[in-house]
This record gives sequence, C-alpha cells and structure tokens, in this order.
Amino acid sequence: MQLLFLLEQVVNGLVLGGYYVLVALGLSLIFSVGGVVNLAHGAFYAIGAYVSYDLMKYVGFGGSIVITPVVVGLLGILFERLLLRRFYTADPILGLLVTFSLAMVVEQAIRMIWGAAPLFLSMPASFKGSFALGSFLLSKYRLFILLVVLVLMTGVWLLLNKTPFGRVIRAGIQKPDMVAVLGIRLQPYLTAIVVLGVATAALAGVLFAPIAVVEPAMGTDIMTVAFVVVIIGGLGSFWGVVLAAVLVGVVRGVTIYFDSAAGEASMYVLMFLVLMFRPRGLLGKRIERFE
Amino acid sequence: MKYVKQTPGATPSRRAILKSGAVLVGSAAFGFMPALARAADPGPIKIGHLTPKTGFLGALGGYAVKGIQLQAEQINAAGGVLGRKIEVISEDSVNPQVASTTAQRLVEREKVVVLLGEINSASALAISQVAARNKVLYLNTGARSDTLRGKDCNRYTFHSDIPVTVLANSVGLALDRAGKVKGKKFYGLTADYLFGHDLARAVEKFVGAHGGTISGNALVATDVTDFSPYLLKIRQANPDMIACNLAGNQVTNFIKQYSEFGLKIPLAGFNLNVADAWAAGPGNLTGIWPTVWQYKLKTPASEAFVKAFQAKYHTQPENHAWVEYVSLKILAQTIAAAKSTHTDKLIAHLESGAKFDILKAREAHFRPWDHQLLQEAYTYTVMSPDQAKGPHDFLVLGDAVPSPGQPLEVLYPPKSDNMCHM
Repeated sequence: MQLLFLLEQVVNGLVLGGYYVLVALGLSLIFSVGGVVNLAHGAFYAIGAYVSYDLMKYVGFGGSIVITPVVVGLLGILFERLLLRRFYTADPILGLLVTFSLAMVVEQAIRMIWGAAPLFLSMPASFKGSFALGSFLLSKYRLFILLVVLVLMTGVWLLLNKTPFGRVIRAGIQKPDMVAVLGIRLQPYLTAIVVLGVATAALAGVLFAPIAVVEPAMGTDIMTVAFVVVIIGGLGSFWGVVLAAVLVGVVRGVTIYFDSAAGEASMYVLMFLVLMFRPRGLLGKRIERFE
Repeated sequence: MKYVKQTPGATPSRRAILKSGAVLVGSAAFGFMPALARAADPGPIKIGHLTPKTGFLGALGGYAVKGIQLQAEQINAAGGVLGRKIEVISEDSVNPQVASTTAQRLVEREKVVVLLGEINSASALAISQVAARNKVLYLNTGARSDTLRGKDCNRYTFHSDIPVTVLANSVGLALDRAGKVKGKKFYGLTADYLFGHDLARAVEKFVGAHGGTISGNALVATDVTDFSPYLLKIRQANPDMIACNLAGNQVTNFIKQYSEFGLKIPLAGFNLNVADAWAAGPGNLTGIWPTVWQYKLKTPASEAFVKAFQAKYHTQPENHAWVEYVSLKILAQTIAAAKSTHTDKLIAHLESGAKFDILKAREAHFRPWDHQLLQEAYTYTVMSPDQAKGPHDFLVLGDAVPSPGQPLEVLYPPKSDNMCHM
C-alpha cells in the first residue's frame, strides 16, 4: 500500500513534468540562443493568462489557447527588436537587469489595466474531475495539458532538428561567427526564437489560469521553477529541459510524500547537487562563447 | 498609475497632489463652517495609513485603500472631527522592513497622530513596535495573528479585525452544530509561516475540545502553486474532512485544484478573504468559511456602506475595504469623544469599553487587557453552480456568531490562555 502511494506520487510527478516543460522550454531557448536570461519570462506567462481572460469571452477556451500565444508572440517581436537585441553581446548583468525591470513594469501595467484583485477564470466543465487508473488518481485537465505539451515538444523538436531553420539555430548557438561568415544573418532567427519562447510562456499562462490564481504577480513564482529546471537541464539542450522538468516533478512529489514542508526546498537541493557534480547541467552542451 | 502618488520615496509632487486634494475637499467644506475657517487653523488631523499595495497581499491592500478613502471623504463632507479635516496618507508597506521605516517616517516627518492599517501579521508587528517606541497609537486593521494580541501585545496597539482563534471557532461552531466535528478525522493543510501555524493551533484546539481528531497536517510553503502532490497525500490519508489553514494566493490555488481533481472529501476552510473567494470562483469554491464581514450583511448601515462603495468605485467592497472603513470611523469617534488627538487620551477612551457601531447588528468594543475589538463574526457557504448569479454573487452569508443571546467573549481567546502583559 505504501509503495503504491509512493508510485502514485511518481506518476503524478511525471505529469507535472509536462507542466514544468511548458514554462521552462521558452526560457531555455532564449537563454541558449541569445545568451540572455530572460527574467521577464514569468511576465509573459502572466500576460498570457490575462489576455486569455479577455479573449475567452469572445472565442471561448479552445480559441484562446490558439490565439493568445499568437497575440503575445507578436509582443515578443517588439520585445526582441526594441529591447533584447541590444543585450546579446553586452555584459550578462545588463540583460538580467533590463529583463528584471521589464518584469516589474509588466506587473504594474497589469495592475493598472486589469486591477490588483485576482481574476476568476474557469476551465470548461467537461475538463473537470479526475479518473482512476487502477488506484492512481489522474486529473483530466492535467492530462490534457500533458497532451498539448507533447504536441508542442514534438513540434519544437522537429523545428530544431529537421528543418533548415533549426540547423541555423543550432549552428548559431555554438558558432555565431561562423554562421555570419557563411553569410547568414542571425537576427531574424533570434527574433523567431524569442517569439517562440514568449509564445510558449503565454501558452503556459492560458493553460494554468484555470488551475492557478490569476493576479499581477503570478509570474514570479513560476519564474523560479522555470529557472531551476533550465539550470538542472543544462544550456542548449532540448532533452535536458525535458529530463530536468520530469525530475523536478518526481523529486518534489516524492519529497512531499515523505515530508510536505520540504517540498519546495527539494528542487533547490536537486539544483545544488547537479551544479556540484555537473556544473553544465545534466545534458548541457559545452558552449564555447559562454566559457 | 493608480497608486503612484502614494508610493514611498516618490517625489514632492506626491505631497503636492495630496495637499491640493485636501485643500479642494477643505474649501468645499468651509462653506458650511465659516466661523471655524476664520479661527486659528491647526491644519488637518493626519492619519498614517499603511497597507501592502503590491506583492502577494496587494489585491487586498487595494480594497483597504478604497475603504479608508471613502470613510475619510464622508467624515470630511460632514465637517471633519473637532472642526478639523481628516487627511489620510496611504503608503505601500510591501514587507516588514518597509512597513517599519515608513511608519517611522510618517510619525517623524508627517507628524501623523495615529498609525492605522496592515494585513500582513509580520508587518503589523513591526509597526506596533514603531508605535510603542514613539508612543503613538496604532490601530491594526487586518493582521490576524494571535500572537499580536498575545505575547507581542503592547499598550499602543489595538486590533479591529478578528484573530485566528475567532476564525477557527466560528467555522468550528457551525460545523459542530451540523455534527461534523465529533468523532471525525481532519487533515490539515497549513501555510508554513507565523499566521498558518497560529491558525492550525487554534483549529486543533477547537477540534480536540469537541471530540474530533487531526489525523495529519501538511505544511505548505507560501510560494507553492501546484497542489497535486498534497491532494494525493490527502486522498491517501482518507480523512473525513480537509481543514484548510492556508493564506492568500495559496487558498485560491488550492481551491481551484481541489475542484480540478474533483476530490470527494469535504472541505472546511478557516481563512478565506472574500477577494480570494471571488478569485476561486463559482463552480470551484465549496465548503464553509469564516469572515469578519461580507457585503451581503443585511443591516441598514452595512447596506448603506455597500451602496456608497459601489457608487464611488463601481465594484463590490471586500472585507478589507470594510475593516479600513470602520476602523477610521472608530478613530474619528474616539478623537471626537476624547476631544483631543493626544495618544493617552485616545487610549483611555478605547480602553473604557466605549461602544462602536461597526455596521453589524451588535455594537463592538475593545477588551482593555488585550486591545482586541470584540464583535460578531460570520460563516459563509457557496451556492450550487447553477444558482450562482455572477462572479461576485455566489456566496451565502450565514447567521452571526455567537448567536444573539450569547456573549461575544465565547468566540475569543480567554484571558487565561493569553500571554499579553502590557
């Protein structure tokens, strides 16, 4: 019985991994390609949730899942062109500062536009509830999120590994100078990656809004988890993010099973251990320009 | 930017705006009182208002500011207090450090006669220490920790919201009446900081005293957004009821996910601000919860307040709007009765057992030995999803506790349990 309970936490942790992939993937992409830690990632997650709150009234839940990431992705173009672009080659601390301040500006802007009080946003009734798989309890809605994440993961993986676009990106991560010598401008590719990253954050916002509080500072908590996942997974690695997300999900669930108060701390202990024995992250690529 | 003019560290233009606002309000009222206007003008009575406008309690603080502004407006429109206007200086107290330095600044530079406000128990503690050091009255409006009224009490601090013991007792009594405590197993989910621990202790005490047991208690960090491992843990423990001792955003996150998983174990909650209930929303929220006040309270005074609030802000007032509104009212009444703004005279009046109308059926008064405002509390439940009339209209307010015949004291921690020495 005890073992079964533990196993249930492991299975739940796997599902939770999908949830973490969604918030960490975009952060990792922008980090790997542009070399900027986008501390405003959580802000785009919040914008996603708020935009979907407004859109849902017109296009419903399904429509907002599709349209919100597009709308926020367009904001991502502005973000990259006007702001981020200036910091790719600058001192990393400047990139941190500028994205951190953007996060605060966005939080205050949300407060001005939508008000400080948390908003109520619900999922369609048909998604509610859970079903028992043997003696395991699985939430229907989370399985739906997992499905969306799997589709997204497949898409991003194909994009990065099976298309000419992806080849340029991968080459750009390792040898931006060589890419330039070959006569390819990296700029439009960087814009595309930022748009993709920001859009996934917004998608996470739409999908989590029905199960998490929607308030101006909602991006902050999610940002921490995303950051931990990226560090554990390692820079420049698609599968690193996935592995780390699942690992964080499982370790957190198992820790809570044994000692609930240590649940959040377990992520950081995991990060600490990984950094101690493998500073590059679990599957992190060796990126010369970061060394 | 709605609150920019009141954020700490703002430029002198903020003060200019406030002054011009006060002059505007003042000049409107001078028309009614030409004699006073000609007398030596001692200036307005300044009240230092501290509340978190940003951070995890920012939503509640927004309501607090609205509530106090409405009261100040009404007092000034009626001629002020002792012939002087009330001027409320609202500042953002993001955390205990900021609360402490801002309170000190309000006392030293703005020469406020009273400090008022707060939601965060840790910030309230910091302010009460500033108040004691400077010998200024502090009326704590929204912080509910028992220790503020117990071990950490002081002569200069009074409390107008209900403490956690009352939260636990009011829901507990309602559950007990329905036969849901005796012989039942409760599983606690507790916010892992001062407030949560205080609340869990009060709940355990009530349940134990009424024949129930606490079969488990999971501590939850304040930044937790995903509750799925906790929900599974509760399901595995299979209690008769979940006791929710969470705080702030935690409660909303938990309720949404409890509803998402469709857990069959019923929920009893011991802390849920009305704004958080609205955020959790119809269809998600279930169970029974405590409150100090709610907009559906049917007394003429309360209904008048709700109407005035809606007219001014086009939204429903939340319990933090109410507590700020009545606290400033209590203060104005005290200044008027003491005929002075001198701290010792104000304390003497508040400790005298004077009655205050706080828009409820029964009048309230402060206990002299712990400075707690004794008042009625309520429980509320939730309409079934098909009955819900809108995102702000799906809560059902229960009867006041204690019932009309009983003394208010029964809800509050007795003197024998209280470690307050002033």
